[in-house]
Amino acid sequence: MALLGQTVICGLLLGGMYALIAIGMTLIMGVMKIINLAHGSLVMVGMYVTYVCYRAWGLDPYLGMLVAMPVLFLLGCVIQHFLINRLLEVESVLPENQVLLTVGISLVLTEVIRFIFKSDYRSIATPYTGEALLVGGMSISIAMAVGFVIAMVFTYLLHLFLTRTDLGRAIRATAQDREAAQYMGVDARRVTVITFGLGSALAAAGGSLLLPLFYLWPDIGHLFTAKAFIITILGGMGSTTGALLGGLTLGVAESLGATYIGMGYKDVVGLVIFLLVLLFLPHGLRSLVRR
Amino acid sequence: MLKIRNIHVAYGDLRALVDVSLEVGEGELVALVGANGAGKSTTLKTVSGILRPSAGAIEFAGEDITRLQPHRIAALGIAHVPEGRRLFPEMTVLENLEMGALRPEARKKRKQSLEWVFSLFPVLRERERQPAGTLSGGQQQMLAIGRGLMSLPRLLMLDEPSLGLAPVLVKHVFEIVREINRQGITVLLVEQNVMQVLRFCHRGYVLENGRIVLGGRGTELLNDAHVKESYLGI
Repeated sequence: MALLGQTVICGLLLGGMYALIAIGMTLIMGVMKIINLAHGSLVMVGMYVTYVCYRAWGLDPYLGMLVAMPVLFLLGCVIQHFLINRLLEVESVLPENQVLLTVGISLVLTEVIRFIFKSDYRSIATPYTGEALLVGGMSISIAMAVGFVIAMVFTYLLHLFLTRTDLGRAIRATAQDREAAQYMGVDARRVTVITFGLGSALAAAGGSLLLPLFYLWPDIGHLFTAKAFIITILGGMGSTTGALLGGLTLGVAESLGATYIGMGYKDVVGLVIFLLVLLFLPHGLRSLVRR
Repeated sequence: MLKIRNIHVAYGDLRALVDVSLEVGEGELVALVGANGAGKSTTLKTVSGILRPSAGAIEFAGEDITRLQPHRIAALGIAHVPEGRRLFPEMTVLENLEMGALRPEARKKRKQSLEWVFSLFPVLRERERQPAGTLSGGQQQMLAIGRGLMSLPRLLMLDEPSLGLAPVLVKHVFEIVREINRQGITVLLVEQNVMQVLRFCHRGYVLENGRIVLGGRGTELLNDAHVKESYLGI
């Protein structure tokens, strides 16, 4: 029983951090109507920024995150402004081809990081690495618990931003009807740039929170792209609440798979759920609520 | 106030507007009527900057707006209530209305404008917290007009506000449009409901296959032989 409890709790904690990454992807998908296949690579770049802060200045990853987020915000803005939006100006290029562009961006980011840091596996050792809380026979990793709490705080702050501020509302309005938002005086182009920046900053935050728990190497980005993609589909594309639920679901599924089937199969569980959702709930978890 | 001069607009090879010129004076209620596909919505979208004319110019309050970005045009005080309402379906009625008041002049007066819109459309006050997507067709149209008014526009452009509404509601919507105009707002109204609209507008233009074929006072157009034959079935 304690094992099951521990497995589920670990899954939820991990899932909360995955959700933060996926919410970034969802936000971008909502506004730009494209799946950002460079998202995991942005997570990876964010992790390296936090890693460098740790190695160079001994900055704790939770503080390094505060460096990685603005850096990735800028990187995201630059990508959207100079690459993705430029593509829209060429009429012969189909909008769907923006997705191909994000694949290219992902490859470039991965190889640039490999060029600088080589393919070596890296990890950081904080004082709390390996420390755990013991609750009723279950041991809960401190890094997971702290990461989860911070992820939830960011999710809540994002929610406030999207519902209470004019800029946040302009982002939601653009996602729901871009043309109508322009009639309201929303600068849609600026909104896309800020949205991509924001999504990238959330990716960096999620990555930094996972840094004490994961090995880091340039190709880890593809793993996060897959996870964020699965969660986005689970959550019913474009819904922030859906992404949160999707993240928790994926976290628990992976955790159960790792405990009861085998560590090597944990990703299989996530992908099987992904297939089942595509087959039976094509609009994601949201369709359960709507019915 | 609004001057459209000889604009040409095309979708790829398809010519949508050919040499269209029209004017709307300050305080006027001008109707632009015509059949489906005549180019009425295209005209409004071009004024809003969503479409670009290949030739010609558009002037608003003395300023050339032909090449301005859509959000800059909206900021000048042109409110466009698009065909099919185009509300933000997952936002509440209140949020939709607040989205209308983004330009700085309107933002400062949000509270007052809200009271004004609620006095024109009391039903919106009752539905304040409801997502816009759950409203009935008539209520959605009122919300769309209300959202346009929230920007305290100098020019209000309405694209077929009567589309898909029951006759009783159509009458109500037109009354509101006249009331808005009486309160001093310049209105450019696009409609297929030729007979009703020409009765109350100050002036009207008839658009056919992308060209303006007639223009004049509403009552004059109603008595025009061509209008009678083509649009009124007399």
